[in-house]
Amino acid sequence: MKGLRKAIGLIVAAGLLSSTAQAAISDDEIRIGYLADMSGTYRDLSGPGGLEALKMAVEDFGGQVNGKKIVLFNADDLNKPDVGANTVRQWIDEKNVDVVTGLVATSVVMAVNKIVEQENKLALISGSASSALTNEFCSPNHIHWVYDTYALSNGTAHAVLQEGGKDWFILAADYAFGHALEADLTKVIEAEGGKVVGKVRHPFPSNDFSSYILQAQGSGAEVVALANAGADMVNALQTASQFGLSQSGQKLAGMVVFLNDVHSMGLEVTQGLMLTTGWYWDMNDETREWAQRYHKRVGRMPTMAQAGVYSSTIHYLNAVKATDSDDSQVVRSKMIETPINDMFAKNGKIREDGRMVHDMYLAQVKTPAESKSEWDLYNILRTIPGEQAYRSLADSQCKLIKN
Amino acid sequence: MTILFGVPLSVLLGQLLLGLINGAFYALLSLGLAIIFGLLRIINFAHGALYMLGAFVTLLSLQYLGVNYWFALFLAPLTVGLIGMLIEKYLLRRITGEDHLYGLLLTFGLALIIEGLFVKLFGVSGSSYPMPDALKGGFNLGFMFLPKYRAWVIVAALIVCFVTWYMIERTRLGSYLRAGTENPKLMQAFGINVPLLITLTYGYGAALAAFAGVLAAPIYPVSPGMGANLLIVVFAVVVIGGMGSIMGAIVTGLLMGLIEGLTKVFYPEAANTVVFLVMVLVLLVRPAGLFGKET
Repeated sequence: MKGLRKAIGLIVAAGLLSSTAQAAISDDEIRIGYLADMSGTYRDLSGPGGLEALKMAVEDFGGQVNGKKIVLFNADDLNKPDVGANTVRQWIDEKNVDVVTGLVATSVVMAVNKIVEQENKLALISGSASSALTNEFCSPNHIHWVYDTYALSNGTAHAVLQEGGKDWFILAADYAFGHALEADLTKVIEAEGGKVVGKVRHPFPSNDFSSYILQAQGSGAEVVALANAGADMVNALQTASQFGLSQSGQKLAGMVVFLNDVHSMGLEVTQGLMLTTGWYWDMNDETREWAQRYHKRVGRMPTMAQAGVYSSTIHYLNAVKATDSDDSQVVRSKMIETPINDMFAKNGKIREDGRMVHDMYLAQVKTPAESKSEWDLYNILRTIPGEQAYRSLADSQCKLIKN
Repeated sequence: MTILFGVPLSVLLGQLLLGLINGAFYALLSLGLAIIFGLLRIINFAHGALYMLGAFVTLLSLQYLGVNYWFALFLAPLTVGLIGMLIEKYLLRRITGEDHLYGLLLTFGLALIIEGLFVKLFGVSGSSYPMPDALKGGFNLGFMFLPKYRAWVIVAALIVCFVTWYMIERTRLGSYLRAGTENPKLMQAFGINVPLLITLTYGYGAALAAFAGVLAAPIYPVSPGMGANLLIVVFAVVVIGGMGSIMGAIVTGLLMGLIEGLTKVFYPEAANTVVFLVMVLVLLVRPAGLFGKET
């Protein structure tokens, strides 16, 4: 009898201990690691600007949550999976980092996600594009915030197909991200009665795209889709304009186009280009106000990825505040429970597979005559409701979804 | 239509022409490297950064001084050439006679600093340079649309390459240069100012890189990383041609452009690696390079 009582006592004590462990903030600090490309091809898309957005979020919380200090770490992943994985491993092992944010190149994110899952921490992905992150590679330890290859290709391809472009040529970057984009795009094209008449995968990164553009011209396709990003996309688009791709009657569709790309190429080259974006700074008073705050600090307007870093961090910190815990699963559940209503998204919802579903926007690049200022670059043509924009759970291969 | 290896001949011709254009860039850049290596025995890792500087001088001089493209063709090589001479006089000279590794590390470090500075100042997305009006549009060659500008690149690059080759191989100044390579001490004894010759040579190599940078500005995004991406390929070209061989650098540059062009049609995934494959093969069969002297 005495033994039994002791055993029950132990069980209760253990239960109490574990519940206090859950409802507490480890080390009395919330430790956030910002990992991104700080110096390479994706620097302007996320990079130091994303870090600044993160700092804005932390400052908006007064640097602490429920009296517990927020501590930031940041590192350059150089777009190398091994560098990214090592950094995160070190952050978790030595610094007890609770959440990793930023996260751009898909190859890096895949490597980081594995570690984050093993260690049961949390990753908030803002920069990365691959829709596989919430499909075959989903995990209960990461949330994909801003956009994905499915939503972008779906949005843009759908619009272009509706205008009558049936025969497609796909120029894809030859790595995980490009492959994912190519696959998602092909599905959309074929589902809507179009056809992929040719494709070429180019090494990442490439210097010269004239050869590929020539192949696209020779393919007889009506639409040439650029399934690459960053400097490669800029380079390909510029080359296409020099080789008179649109004059020869072909239409260009950029799948992953960011504000900084359009800004860098200039409107002369990019005017008329259709694209899908998860966010644009000049949509309403709320976005404008936040963007102006950001602009004061960085000197550029934020991209959707940088805005996503802010939004996801705020949502995370709110969940930490509400639960008074930094345990990944406690916080994640709270984040899923709570809809996202901020300058980034209205009624955004995080699904069980880690996908943050929110409205996307079909945009067209303005002509030089339409643009009134340096960053006045897009016309928003229409809103794509989140449920239409993202892959439906019915088609999901995610292990967390029971189909 | 004639079909060759499953590809229409017209497509192949277009690709070869494009390959030649890329080859012209390789030739210009590897020529500068070969000259510098020939006289200074320096493996110039700063070459990509100098190329990038050339493009940025072109861009910035237009933005801030209103200097047009044609004037930039002279201004940029001159500016970067001067920078090159300063680098030689105040940095490289200090390590004359040391192991190759010192020169390599010094120039590599320099390249990282220059590129890092430009990333800090201008970001990585880069900017585009407006096409000069006279070179807008293009020719319809029947098998392809050739933008005028690309045709101009081939012509300009080949002229500069040939003039450089002529200067070094056929003129008195060039003979000093070659003699200085063979035996600097003896040259000095004959009253030739070898240190000045060396400074000028490095300056000229830098100017060549900058010239390639000007040519690149209107067709490629002008960004801090533009040189670093190209540099490794250009090194492979120099190794294939034979370190220090002038003609070797020019011919191999064009040749590698062609081979890369063909790869982009038949197996695009390997386009970035094919040059290195050729390098491995050449090193196995002829370690001194295609045009190098076996010693």
